[in-house]
Amino acid sequence: MIEEVAATTEGDLVINIGPQHPSTHGVLHLFVTMNGETIKKVEPHLGYIHRSIEKMDESLSYRQFIYSTSRMDYLSSHINNHGCALCVEKGLQLEIPPRAKVIRILMDELTRIASHCLWWGALAMDVGALTPFFHAFREREMINDIMEESCGARLTMNYMVPGGVMFDIQPNFQKHVKEFVAHFKTKIGEYDEMVTNNIIFQRRMKNVGYISPEDAVSYGCTGAVLRASGVKSDIRKIAPYDGYENVKFEEPLEMAGDCFARYMVRMKEMMQSLSIVEQLIDNIPEGDFVAKTKAVLKLPKGEFYSRVETARGEFGVYIVSEGGLTPYRIKFRSPGFSNLSALDHMSRGQKIGDLVAIMGTLDLVIPDIDR
Amino acid sequence: MEGQKTETGLAFPGNVHQTPGGGILVSKMDDVLNWARSNSLWPLVFGTSCCAIEMMSAASAKYDWSRFGFEVARATPRQADVIIIAGTIVNKMAPVLKRLYDQMADPKYVVAMGACATSGGPFFYNTYSVVKGADHVIPVDVYIAGCPPRPEALIHALIALQDKIKAGGRREKITIEDIKK
Repeated sequence: MIEEVAATTEGDLVINIGPQHPSTHGVLHLFVTMNGETIKKVEPHLGYIHRSIEKMDESLSYRQFIYSTSRMDYLSSHINNHGCALCVEKGLQLEIPPRAKVIRILMDELTRIASHCLWWGALAMDVGALTPFFHAFREREMINDIMEESCGARLTMNYMVPGGVMFDIQPNFQKHVKEFVAHFKTKIGEYDEMVTNNIIFQRRMKNVGYISPEDAVSYGCTGAVLRASGVKSDIRKIAPYDGYENVKFEEPLEMAGDCFARYMVRMKEMMQSLSIVEQLIDNIPEGDFVAKTKAVLKLPKGEFYSRVETARGEFGVYIVSEGGLTPYRIKFRSPGFSNLSALDHMSRGQKIGDLVAIMGTLDLVIPDIDR
Repeated sequence: MEGQKTETGLAFPGNVHQTPGGGILVSKMDDVLNWARSNSLWPLVFGTSCCAIEMMSAASAKYDWSRFGFEVARATPRQADVIIIAGTIVNKMAPVLKRLYDQMADPKYVVAMGACATSGGPFFYNTYSVVKGADHVIPVDVYIAGCPPRPEALIHALIALQDKIKAGGRREKITIEDIKK
């Protein structure tokens, strides 16, 4: 990697962005080769938060390894746990109670809204507006309070376990969620007024960081990045899990493929998540919240894969079991890694200031990339 | 007249002697400097993983750490007073953390936020790449427990740091009683 950077033509400038830089959302390191103000090449340099989670998980049991995934994509920790629980359930051929399924979907969608709120605030902060950050966190704190009440944690939930969820929801859960939904509906217009319709913001976003549908597919982009190029890719639609086939929601698509399209897809996704929450909040079935399982889980010999749609895209869990107490190998397919690989393609020929906007709309979470 | 005591330590260190021409303040220069330093600690924007989100929560409207003087988060270590290690430090990051700490101007303070920065936390066993506690790399003033700690815990730690500074600087040995004083 170092040699490649050195082999630039005369007059080129190599700028290091990161690992400590506020707009990289963590500890990403970018080698940016510049000609004047124009970007010629962007090389992401990973590993500054590589915590060897996959290797660590090989020594943890099937109940324990789920906890480490809360620390990967910590903004979608519920959905990460969900993916792992699904994979273990697939191995055990376990049927989970309907109440647990609905609670899982509700928690997933609330997580998605919270994650998009943070992304929205951070993106506005990256392109130079500080105020939206505080507005976004006001709504996010409401979701955090709901989570805390039922799951006992604000961020790293560890709520979904093989067979269902760890605890039943609190009696006030429905009331608080309804309060949140009513509150959020009054505020989403404020978001549009403040940022979406802002002409300066639109000029920073439109026709910046274009990626064609073919390129987006071949780079392995998923989630809002791929849907902004007009490719249907929502796992909740393609391969529904835990009852997503029973709820009505649309998959927002944009055709432009630029930063503004990615922005609009996420804004629409928030409204879709809100509608899913509204459909289910009054229809939580009675019954058990967790299926009866053995105290010690043992997966049969074989390979298991399951995938879920996190706030960033497709999250896959691949378990190889030898029949023992711990997995033989675990591989996570994290959405951020593939989305980051398209950064170079998107930012070539753009100006250095646009790089921050492009990174902001990719919605990168670095521990999810490095694992 | 003694300096007024508040819940978070001394308000202003020194005695005022009333004279016909007005009050004369008698104080120690070190105490005045420490008092001034403790009330405007500028944190460095440094988050490696999950704890950074709780740090952002502490900075946002609900918890609002600017009430205690931590408002101005700086992106460059040269302008920052306190580095909050929010997240895991891995072997590749350790030299960068040391470099950031070296680039900060004296006096500088360090808060280890969360289990990872304190001891390696959930990544203590069976990992090959995690530094088992940020104090292997740079000296730490205040540790916070939790994975991740709540914003209240972070604010409490920063107030403890303020009290520690007021109670005589970071190099001297101070006890809990000194902080409570």
